[in-house]
Amino acid sequence: MTRHVGRAELSLCSLLRAFGAKVWDVVMTQLLAIIIDGVVYASWLFIIAAGLTLIYGVMRILNMAHGSFYAIGAYAGAGMVGWYFSTGSVPWLSFAVLIGAALIAGLFIGLLIERGLLRFMYGRNEVVMILVTYAILLILEDAIKLIWGVEPYFAYQPYSLLGRTKLAGLSFANYDFMLIVVSTLIGLALWYGLNRTRNGKLLRVVIHDREIAQALGINVSRIFTITFLIGAGLGALAGALTAPGLSVVPGIGIEVIVLAFAVVVIGGLGSVSGALVGALIVGLARAAAVHLYPEVELFVIYAVMGLVLAIRPQGLFAVASARKI
Amino acid sequence: MQTKSILLLIGGALGLFVLGLLVPEWLSYLMIIAMGKGIVVLGVVLLMRAGLVSFGQGLYYCIGAYVAGTLTQFAGISDVLLILLASIAASVLVAALVGLLLCRYRGIFFAMFSMAFSMILYGLLVRSSVLGSTDGFNVLRPSLLGWVPSDDASSDLVLAVAVVMVMILGSLMWLYFRSLSGYAGEAVRENEIRVEYLGTSVFRIIYTKYLIAAALAGIGGTVTALVSGHVDPEMAYWTTSGEFVFIALMGGTSHVAAPMVGAGLFELLRTYAFAIAPYTWQMILGSTLLLIIIFLPSGLWSLVSRFSRQARG
Amino acid sequence: MSALLETRNLERSFGAVTAAVDINVSINAGEVVGVIGSNGAGKTTFINMVTGYLKPSAGEILVDGRSIVGLQPRAVVRAGVGRSFQVAQLFPELSVLDNVLVALGLSVDRKLTLLRPLHSQKRRRKALEILAEYEIAGHADEVVATLPQGVRKLLDIAMAMLSSPRLMLLDEPTSGVAIEDKFALMETVMNRVRKSNAATLFVEHDMDVVQRYADRVLAFYDGRILADGTTAKVLSDPKVQELVVGHHLDIEVDSADAYESTVVPMEVRNA
Repeated sequence: MTRHVGRAELSLCSLLRAFGAKVWDVVMTQLLAIIIDGVVYASWLFIIAAGLTLIYGVMRILNMAHGSFYAIGAYAGAGMVGWYFSTGSVPWLSFAVLIGAALIAGLFIGLLIERGLLRFMYGRNEVVMILVTYAILLILEDAIKLIWGVEPYFAYQPYSLLGRTKLAGLSFANYDFMLIVVSTLIGLALWYGLNRTRNGKLLRVVIHDREIAQALGINVSRIFTITFLIGAGLGALAGALTAPGLSVVPGIGIEVIVLAFAVVVIGGLGSVSGALVGALIVGLARAAAVHLYPEVELFVIYAVMGLVLAIRPQGLFAVASARKI
Repeated sequence: MQTKSILLLIGGALGLFVLGLLVPEWLSYLMIIAMGKGIVVLGVVLLMRAGLVSFGQGLYYCIGAYVAGTLTQFAGISDVLLILLASIAASVLVAALVGLLLCRYRGIFFAMFSMAFSMILYGLLVRSSVLGSTDGFNVLRPSLLGWVPSDDASSDLVLAVAVVMVMILGSLMWLYFRSLSGYAGEAVRENEIRVEYLGTSVFRIIYTKYLIAAALAGIGGTVTALVSGHVDPEMAYWTTSGEFVFIALMGGTSHVAAPMVGAGLFELLRTYAFAIAPYTWQMILGSTLLLIIIFLPSGLWSLVSRFSRQARG
Repeated sequence: MSALLETRNLERSFGAVTAAVDINVSINAGEVVGVIGSNGAGKTTFINMVTGYLKPSAGEILVDGRSIVGLQPRAVVRAGVGRSFQVAQLFPELSVLDNVLVALGLSVDRKLTLLRPLHSQKRRRKALEILAEYEIAGHADEVVATLPQGVRKLLDIAMAMLSSPRLMLLDEPTSGVAIEDKFALMETVMNRVRKSNAATLFVEHDMDVVQRYADRVLAFYDGRILADGTTAKVLSDPKVQELVVGHHLDIEVDSADAYESTVVPMEVRNA
């Protein structure tokens, strides 16, 4: 009798244990998926946001046209990769074509805008500069349509070229892992450039106090140009790197700019490390929403932003700027 | 003096209404849309006079529109006056909450956070299948105090509502801009420290303006929804709010008529741009915006006032 | 009977820098107090704390025996403490008349009327009367941005006086004003202040002006009060002469004090 009860208990226990293990498995798989998707998304966001925040930090311009740089990078990259594969050349070189095309396009348009327009506007109110860059965004949106048309572009080849990896029963694209690596490298390069090089230190002086920088004889105008080019380049690069994963269609720049704003604001405007943290927060929050409750995908990003702002209005890592008279 | 201006207003309203009936249907439609947007821009201008640029009035525009849609489509309420009241109530309620957070900010922060809040609504609407997700849904024809207009008369009713709203709200805002509260906005723009040291709360001034602007945007959204017969989440998208800012800058902030004229020109320009060169509309907008910022920072209305000043001597 | 203003062990530091420490001051109704001290001695920090612009790091501030620590400037103003600024705080794009009309509405009527016009015959007349009292009525229709320094200073003080404060703090009323105009300006201001029966505290670098108008002098040095007493007594104190009076002649531009009175936004706007 007692043995019988004991056995029943035993089987109940094992049942529970098995059930627990099953739940654990599902939860862990879900968690793994959320973390990996989140980090991939964050990597992509970081590349965009880093350029945006750098330009704001140095130039005090919240550049709405950053979304256009992203779109131009995506179109240039996707367009050239499509052409490259049609020539039947070595597939591996397509990565170089993708990135090269985007960077050239991004730097060209960045130089054109900074030298041709923005430099005449320096010193204006920050809100006016938002409106100016909004105007540039509108113009570039149509310029993109005129150059590349309105049909979608696909540049899936680099994406499929790298294959996929199975991890705990889930399949991930290796291309996405590469995105994480590239984003990390960009982050490290920015950190090194800002903290360890002479030009980077000059840049930080400008970020901290433009007038003192000018008084010290730093060529602020040159630093502005360089910063804007780096920012534009990063925007275009982000576009190129996303292009293989999706179809490049009109309007992607307009979509991306508000996301980048959210990231940058969460981290603190003007702070590159803040952009990293912001990107991770937004990336993970979005991935969690997509996997658990897809209805709130977009909502969650701005809700996080609202939360951060309610608690810490200047963002998590705001750059302290010198008080002025 | 008082009666004269009231007569003038009634005359203006009648004139506008008759004009709306005389012109071809597409132009009449365009007129109503322009009036709807003009009302929203009135609120944008109100904030601009206090030194704040809102890139998020689309939030309340969309709320006003969806209230009209939901009431006619799902609640069986079609009375224009009820719909307008509900829109105002909904917009002001949301603004009362959002404003608590938002009105602490100035400059680019105000611009961006207002944008973020309208994107929250957009994000919610595109995923709510009950409300038609990205496609939105149709708004049924309105009625007035038990009178249900026929197909043809329906657009006339909306025209009348739009004209009356424009005239009433325009006059109220005209008075408002001249009152202490109106000037308080300029005072805040010019020097918040001084305002605080006069013993007045800057936050309260801005908060009040934010609520008024929200109510105006809600009304504008309702008018637009009633005339177009359709609502969709795009109304809360930040580019919609960008349009309002554009119209405000184009018209200028010095007179209540400027947003209306600005909105009219804007819609006319858009119609022709789409017809003549479809992929250049935003390019035209952007270039115009740049030209205005560089050459005409006080908007087109500054031309009007410059001419009238010259004419006077 | 408690003093009009009383501060107890008031202290303020900015990070590692201590701008004011151990400030114990008591001011009674009707007193006219001159405040002297070199740059960065803590004068403006003191005024900023008393008017709610800066929160003290430690200590207590009592107006009529009631603590005002932690109150916003607007609440301090309503408690009866007014102030003028080293750099006049005006509405630069409005006309002088509109400045006064807005200030009248915001500080006296205090009802944010929505639809009644700000410009009425009655209010205009009142505003012009006020301007006349400060002898700047001739500038009524000029835009503030184009005004000479002295007029700005007077307008700034006139606007602060509208709420009839019982204690008026004047932060360097004559700075930026030509030497030959200083006495005329002070004469106008002190006339108005005396008429309103407000106790007055004014920061001043010119010892002639201090001697002429102050009954009592507070000498600040290095964030502390070095001396407090009748004008004659404080100004003849050898320590004051060495550390305070000797200083002020050398340095004209008040960079450190200007730093303290920095016009930063009330809340975070451009972090």
